[in-house]
Amino acid sequence: MVDIGTVEVIPPAEVEDVELYHPKSWVTKYVFCQDAKVIAIQYSITAISIGLVALVLSWFIRLQLAFPGTFSFITPSNYYQFITMHGMIMVIYLLTALFLGGFGNYLIPLMVGARDMVFPYVNMLSFWVYFLAVLVLVASFFAPGGPTGAGWTLYPPQAILAGTPGQDWGIILMLASLILFIIGFTMGGLNYVVTVLQGRTRGMTMMRLPLTVWGIFTATILALLAFPALFVASVMMLLDRVLGTSFFMPAIVQAGEHLKYGGGSPILFQHLFWFFGHPEVYIVALPAFGIVSDLISTHARKNIFGYRMMVWALVAIAVLSFIVWGHHMYISGMNPPFGFFFATSTLIIAIPTAIKVYNWVLTLWRGDIHLTVPMLFALGFIVTFVNGGITGLFLGNVIVDVPLSATMFVVAHFHMVMGIAPILVVFGGIYHWYPKITGRMWNERLGQFHFWVTFLGAYLIYFPMHYLGFIGVPRRYYELGETAFVPPSAGTLNVFITAAALIVGAAQMVFFFNLIWSLFKGKRAGGNPWRATTLEWQTPQTPPGHGNWGKELPIVYRWAYDYSVPGAEQDFLPQNQPPAKRMPVAAPS
Amino acid sequence: MTDSAPPNTLEARAHPGGWQGFAADWSSDQRAFKSATWGKAMIWIFLLSDTFIFSCFLLSYMTVRMSTTAPWPNPSEVFALTIAGRKIPLILIAIMTFILISSSGTMAMAVNFGYRRDRVKCAVLMLATAAFGASFVGMQAFEWTKLIMEGVRPWGNPWGAAQFGSCFFLITGFHGTHVTIGVIFLLIIARKVWRGDFDSGRRGFFTSRKGRYEIVETMGLYWHFVDLVWVFIFALFYLW
Repeated sequence: MVDIGTVEVIPPAEVEDVELYHPKSWVTKYVFCQDAKVIAIQYSITAISIGLVALVLSWFIRLQLAFPGTFSFITPSNYYQFITMHGMIMVIYLLTALFLGGFGNYLIPLMVGARDMVFPYVNMLSFWVYFLAVLVLVASFFAPGGPTGAGWTLYPPQAILAGTPGQDWGIILMLASLILFIIGFTMGGLNYVVTVLQGRTRGMTMMRLPLTVWGIFTATILALLAFPALFVASVMMLLDRVLGTSFFMPAIVQAGEHLKYGGGSPILFQHLFWFFGHPEVYIVALPAFGIVSDLISTHARKNIFGYRMMVWALVAIAVLSFIVWGHHMYISGMNPPFGFFFATSTLIIAIPTAIKVYNWVLTLWRGDIHLTVPMLFALGFIVTFVNGGITGLFLGNVIVDVPLSATMFVVAHFHMVMGIAPILVVFGGIYHWYPKITGRMWNERLGQFHFWVTFLGAYLIYFPMHYLGFIGVPRRYYELGETAFVPPSAGTLNVFITAAALIVGAAQMVFFFNLIWSLFKGKRAGGNPWRATTLEWQTPQTPPGHGNWGKELPIVYRWAYDYSVPGAEQDFLPQNQPPAKRMPVAAPS
Repeated sequence: MTDSAPPNTLEARAHPGGWQGFAADWSSDQRAFKSATWGKAMIWIFLLSDTFIFSCFLLSYMTVRMSTTAPWPNPSEVFALTIAGRKIPLILIAIMTFILISSSGTMAMAVNFGYRRDRVKCAVLMLATAAFGASFVGMQAFEWTKLIMEGVRPWGNPWGAAQFGSCFFLITGFHGTHVTIGVIFLLIIARKVWRGDFDSGRRGFFTSRKGRYEIVETMGLYWHFVDLVWVFIFALFYLW
């Protein structure tokens, strides 16, 4: 019998049980609420709502690319505004907020066996500042001149110069919104990190944490160290725009007029932006890695293969992600030895990432695989992630990157690796934890339909896009027009991609219908429908009540992956189930 | 050699020192930092994040100082004061630095008296720290006023590179904001210490949680950090 670290002695509680704020009114229970679970729902609903706006924007982008000049509401200016806001919303306001604010808030306290986050009041502030950031972002759609159209990377000098859409108000609101987002996130992020480090229950060691917690934890540390660079860049660009300083602005002659700017460094912005931007990829990816590990282990009824390696791979990816940002700047002009360094460090990340992929596959190997909807999404993630990761090896090499840069190949690559792959995990995670959050089960058939349309549809959209990139179709172009090197068939392919994108986007309504319908009509799920081991499934109530646990906090005796343990009665042993043979002995205090 | 052998008590085995202790803490349950309260762990991680903000500001300052083609004004002339007919370079900055570093001393003493539960001395020392901090911000305001009167603006100045003014106002402004926030919190916490909130278990106005004396130390860590950052600003902006 493989017995990985069961305790014989129950350690004494080091910290007295926390005092929680008990809501007295509807407002403090559901609106200005300090309970991490409610905050998680608030974060998720806000993030998904603004994400739907970005989804509609992507439809407009696709319509323009397939049928250039057909729609009068898509002018060149609008087009650039759409791609900018689509990118910014999806990366920051949807994915970052949903993984860390949504999944993080719901799962961390439950999975580590805490009653709540360590600072519930600050946690509440975190959401409301995030909400304010979203409002400022939405306001830019209604400001004179519309939202900024500078591209989601907001490169200066063009981001703040006349001629760029949204130069009046859009860029100011965008930067203000980013600053607010970072302030709000920092409040939440400190909570997540300290809760994992200092707020665990008795018996819960770091190496017994479910990988979901590890993923969110490392991603939050990344975010706390990467967002400062974006914060500084946003503040300085805001000053460049509002006060006329020249941090990022070189001397410029525009329309025959010598602008008041001079002496700044546009490349400095790129460095700051990508020092944030590359870790941002992993801020989104690491929680996805963690969640997918738990989904695969639970639904294949097998312990995760190489748990320690999975943890160290997460940490290694997190550390490496800070020294690769230059690979976004190969064509910005770079000293060749730097290119060599950044290419090498980029490719080294493939090692811990590959360790993770092998471990997922080895977890599946000879497992008792249940093709439930969460499992389908987890498997879909592995496929799309490997796919997007391999094109990343192309783009990480300087020589291959130079011709592929600024083509549709890049769009296909990062949508596959950073768009589709994490979104599949978001869906998988929502299907997996929905029974715990609501106490009801969703409709299986609708879930399967949702998976297959999304998964296959994603390939129909993004696979041809790689080909478009190879033949040289540039990204971010309003229309291709007549070119010598792009064949007319590229247009046909664009129509095909657009049709697929519209169908996949519309199919997401099935998902929302399923969630809302099941909330009222779904059958009762019970406390632990997946027969999972982790603590969140062992709560006395479903959905978990205020304070998560009853009178006593759970005591953890084993790691999170005791599935199909030989000799055990059930095929899973919850983390809080004491060892069978020996009765636990209290430690002398 | 019997002296060097670790005492074989339960207590000693539970808390080994050195690397073994480090590994034991991190592989233990409940808490990774055994002596740190939640607030203390939080402020350390926040300060790490804030370090990245100030590092980015200072690195950006150095980058634009390299990228600009205009000459960089000489700080020891710009920040000189004429006192009794003599022009003394950096005199105000020297006084400000002295005051801020002294305030770290009073803060450290306040933390000490806080842990001794000496309410009055702790509160008085915190108020002294706040007074030092406020006078620092006041002198900063005087310096800003003087430079603005001399024609320094974020977008230009009479002596050379426009980035001089941009970086000056941005970096000292951001640091001054930190000091101001620190002063406000020092006053709030000093009041709580004075009133004996941490002895009586009075609940916070916003959080409705009981405060503890540890918050004095948490406050102190923030204050020392703000001082430390000033040393770097002083070295990299004023002396360079």
